[in-house]
Amino acid sequence: MHELALAREMIEIVQQYASEHGPGRVRNISIRLGELSAMSRALHFCFGAASRGTLCEGAVLHIEEIPLTVWCQGCNENKSPIGRYSFRCMDCGMPTPKIVTGKEMELVSIELSRTAEDRMKKPGMPARQRNESTHLLFQGV
Amino acid sequence: MCTVCGCGDTENRGRPERHPRAHSHDHSHHSHDHSHDHSHDHSHGHAHHYGQTESGVTVAGFSQERLVQIEKSILSKNDGHAASNREWLAAHDLTALNLLSSPGAGKTTLLVETIRELAAILPVGVIEGDQETSNDADRILQSGASAIQINTGKGCHLDAHMIGHALGDLDVAPGGIVFVENVGNLVCPAMFDLGEHARVVILSVTEGEDKPIKYPDMFAAADLLLISKTDLLPYLDFSVAQAVEYARRVNPDVETIEVSAKQGVGMDSWIDWIMDRCVRTQPGRHTSGR
Repeated sequence: MHELALAREMIEIVQQYASEHGPGRVRNISIRLGELSAMSRALHFCFGAASRGTLCEGAVLHIEEIPLTVWCQGCNENKSPIGRYSFRCMDCGMPTPKIVTGKEMELVSIELSRTAEDRMKKPGMPARQRNESTHLLFQGV
Repeated sequence: MCTVCGCGDTENRGRPERHPRAHSHDHSHHSHDHSHDHSHDHSHGHAHHYGQTESGVTVAGFSQERLVQIEKSILSKNDGHAASNREWLAAHDLTALNLLSSPGAGKTTLLVETIRELAAILPVGVIEGDQETSNDADRILQSGASAIQINTGKGCHLDAHMIGHALGDLDVAPGGIVFVENVGNLVCPAMFDLGEHARVVILSVTEGEDKPIKYPDMFAAADLLLISKTDLLPYLDFSVAQAVEYARRVNPDVETIEVSAKQGVGMDSWIDWIMDRCVRTQPGRHTSGR
């Protein structure tokens, strides 16, 4: 259930920023989620419900997934574990507890509609999209 | 009413004037980092198509107008509350330990026995987190310590905001220790800093030795691994050495203590560890306290 708490925390931060930047609804929210946070699906699921009745209702949630990389002291370099992570280097067998990337849970930016009229429109898809495999788009209800 | 912890409920209300942050719910702890004017070079390993903004910050697919750059952890609100809890604890000369485990690992029994040994030496307070009931707080109160029960309802973890309220209501004299018994759960509580000085993860020998690699986030964040219920070892196949080896894979520096609260075995090491933490976090405390 902590994903719902996180969705609410995120929406609260977004609303705070949005209200500081005048009227208008939030159209896009860009976040960065590490592979280890494993929150993409859960946050998507909760975002629609949590955004209802807020400035974020109807906003598109852009999730950039950050792959897991760990530091191996034995090999003296960063590694990208493949498959289920066993916390040992797949090359030398040393423990690799130091996570370099993959734990991110960051709110990157938001885009606001410019006029009061925009608030009435359903937000469209962004003009350009990134590689679908690493950049997921979710629309709040 | 606070929608996070339900502090309007009579059970948790107590004395609002003693709340650590006397109390604005719309914190803006990190207002200093609102606008970044540099370009980031995170090594994400993906090729992006970026729209360039005036400030040089780039975001895929977004138009440049009305783009608000935030760059902030989704947990920043919790982390802000945790920081103010830490300040409050320091101002009141208190040490806080966050106790985490699966349900049924023996946290409350361990705490009751710990309080029995500690109460004569220093003031003790306990914040109990459970979905429902005040059974655990009642047990603690009987052992002579001050206790506050937080019922999380549908929530699966304690967060720093709830702890802020509870600290304000808890009656512990300066120089004391606050134990936070988190909701029994090896997943969600790992993510939430409460402002504690150390995390103690309790693994009972009736569980699998591989819990540390099954729930790595929890064990990676631990300062101490307490292996509990060791009086049952003769009846089980649990290998303490194997459990410690798994824990050190995700957390090479983790300290470990084996303890049986029921038989009192290992309790001295545990009490010594607690006193050592108090000495470290309370500058005015002398080692001769015990």
